[in-house]
Amino acid sequence: MSTDAAAMNADPAVRPFRVDIAEEAIVDLGRRIAAWRPPEREPVDDQSQGVQLAAVQDLANYWASGYDWRGCEAKLNALPQFITSIDGLDVHFIHVRSPERNALPLIVSHGWPGSVIEQLKIIGPLTNPTGHGGSAPDAFDVVIPSLPGYGFSGKPAAPGWDPARIARAWAVLMDRLGYTRYVAQGGDWGTAITAAMGRQAPAGLAGIHVNFAQMVPPAILGHIRNGDPAPADLSDAEKRAYGQVAFATYHRGYGVIQGTRPQTIGYSLADTPVGLAAWLMDHDPGTYEHLAALFAGQPYGAITRDDWLDNTSLYWLTNTATSAARLYWQQAVTGHNFYAPADVSLPAAVTVFPEEYVHAPRSWTEQAYHNLTYFHEAGKGGHFAAWEQPQLFSEELRAAFRTLR
Amino acid sequence: MTTTDLTIRPFEVHVPDEDLADLRRRVAAVRWPSKELVADRSQGVQLAAIQELARCWTTDHDWRRCEARLNAVPQFKTEIDGEDIHFIHVKSPHENALPLIITHGWPGSVIELLEVVGPLTDPTAHGGSAGDAFDLVLPSLPGYGFSAEPGEVGWDPGRIARAWAELMHRLGYTRYVAQGGDQGAAVTDAMGAQAPEGLAGIHLNFLRNALGNVGGLPADSEEERTAAAAINAFRTGGFGYFLEQATRPQTIGYALLDSPVALAAWMLDHDTDSYYKISRAFLGGPTAGNLTRDHILDNITLYWLTGTGASAARSYWEGGRAAARAAGQAPAEVTLPVAFTTFPGEIFRAPRSWVEKFYPHVIYFNEAGRGGHFAAWEEPQLFSEEIRAGFRPLR
Repeated sequence: MSTDAAAMNADPAVRPFRVDIAEEAIVDLGRRIAAWRPPEREPVDDQSQGVQLAAVQDLANYWASGYDWRGCEAKLNALPQFITSIDGLDVHFIHVRSPERNALPLIVSHGWPGSVIEQLKIIGPLTNPTGHGGSAPDAFDVVIPSLPGYGFSGKPAAPGWDPARIARAWAVLMDRLGYTRYVAQGGDWGTAITAAMGRQAPAGLAGIHVNFAQMVPPAILGHIRNGDPAPADLSDAEKRAYGQVAFATYHRGYGVIQGTRPQTIGYSLADTPVGLAAWLMDHDPGTYEHLAALFAGQPYGAITRDDWLDNTSLYWLTNTATSAARLYWQQAVTGHNFYAPADVSLPAAVTVFPEEYVHAPRSWTEQAYHNLTYFHEAGKGGHFAAWEQPQLFSEELRAAFRTLR
Repeated sequence: MTTTDLTIRPFEVHVPDEDLADLRRRVAAVRWPSKELVADRSQGVQLAAIQELARCWTTDHDWRRCEARLNAVPQFKTEIDGEDIHFIHVKSPHENALPLIITHGWPGSVIELLEVVGPLTDPTAHGGSAGDAFDLVLPSLPGYGFSAEPGEVGWDPGRIARAWAELMHRLGYTRYVAQGGDQGAAVTDAMGAQAPEGLAGIHLNFLRNALGNVGGLPADSEEERTAAAAINAFRTGGFGYFLEQATRPQTIGYALLDSPVALAAWMLDHDTDSYYKISRAFLGGPTAGNLTRDHILDNITLYWLTGTGASAARSYWEGGRAAARAAGQAPAEVTLPVAFTTFPGEIFRAPRSWVEKFYPHVIYFNEAGRGGHFAAWEEPQLFSEEIRAGFRPLR
């Protein structure tokens, strides 16, 4: 074992973990929401200036009066949760073994503004497929870690926890759990971590699936940076992706702030729950519209108001919004563009969800994932596909990994 | 422009005690994030600086002193183009004073400009001569301080510039000049382009047009290359607040209205030079000119008490929309006389060649020896001398 590996494994103990937030913290949260000082209503009738006052009022009202954090705690504590120290950092994870023999071990990485709460609804379909419209050979053992600085994982005290380092920690985790052959999955930050695992190709990793493909050719990224119109020789699908990435590159104040000034925004996110809630709602325009409608009483797939507030409350109660934002900074200092090709040679599968904010064209995806074993455009779902469409998402994972069993 | 009520009403600031108590309560109840992982500002406002700011805010700072400073100068409100505009108006004791309207920026307010009132209106008491006297008009931008928060979109720099011309007209000024940096530079530039009757010239201390156009500017000399590099560094590493305010002012607004510490941190994180000057002031280092702890807290407290964090941020959204509409067109030409001062700590040091690229009629250019982005606030005497020199050819 090399010195690095020794440090990674300094204390390989895996400790059971249960969530138990102090009552006083929950009372304080309620007090702060009640003392909310709102701004004036935005002077526009759409989301063009950001999260709308009515949506935040709906959310805050429900958070203060109808929501119960203890329900989330019970959901989490119904699952086997653990903490183990890897590379000097406590990593929290959910670990659910399938009742089926020969289940394929799978590590799923969440993103921002998410957490393990995004993944709770896929645990049943993935670990127990016969109970959820699948067959026994589709079973997975599921490992769902909290990213460093997120939820119940430790907060890094020094820079360096970029997606590549997280990927190495995940390989240690799977090894520590005794898995010798496994697969990995992710969207959002999870796709960057999963792709890094793919590039590192640790012993045992058989393949990956992502629901956000990193695939924009470098020359195209150059055009987007310069504000050029889409090159004329692009296909229609490529032109659409070009426009989407160009839009996302400009409309990502949250990403630039978190990438350059995570500490500055951190004072907001640590001190005002409503400020935090608004910040977490404003990821991409499609997700925001769903969330605004959700708190106005409309459905958002499988995501309920309680689900969304579970996630928001998790950020608040663990005071991790600042440490979570630092992942953007960590990525920015690597100089690596999030949309640049994943450059993965291991078997890779991609699902494009129709409401994701970038629709990866197959042409670019094939160049970025050199051994593309599966490419499918799902019928519904968006950025939080696992959360919103857990059954469909689980079916995608079954189909994507079937060739690797 | 529809103007229904031309009345100019005197105004004084009187904030209720309970608002001050609520502010102190909120600051005292702050919940901090973990400390930044670096030893400089590269992750943003540092915990030690903001904690000391919060301590001073609850223990030392006295808003009533700021209120007294404001109420010691004549303040007014008047409705222009449907919105109440707050302004300070100080006439010089000297005859033939030149009327001057100065526009503040973000994250500033009229508080940035209080210390130039004396030197500009009463030069003989501040090392100048009677021939350098100005009558001074200091408006609060729409959505800032005691001006009203626009209830509709459209208050971009061009509309504000038209409102300022109306204000000067309403005050009876038939020949006047205008000055600004930061957002104030955008408004003053727009006034220059509109060239309303009576406007004789402008002075700027920020070359706003260069920010989005650095590729089109000369980069032959060392100072031009240095300025271009500074703009590129700003656009790479210091642009987040700008982009967020230009695209999602409402989203960030929730935190700025609900957490005084969030507001303070957001306002401290403007540019590298002013950040370090301000953080040093709180951490016991030497104060940069007039950028004292009290003055910094006066300005932040004004934003808090008026609840204008979101509406001030919105001015970037308006500016962004106006810029998008104008994309691909040459900037409106300013043929009026332009005076310019480059302050050394500014985001970039605008070289004379760049100023001349945007303004064909440059009557004055100087690089001052001290001062940064908040030049009037930090170095009021030096700034006033620049204004005197800049406008001397127009008297």
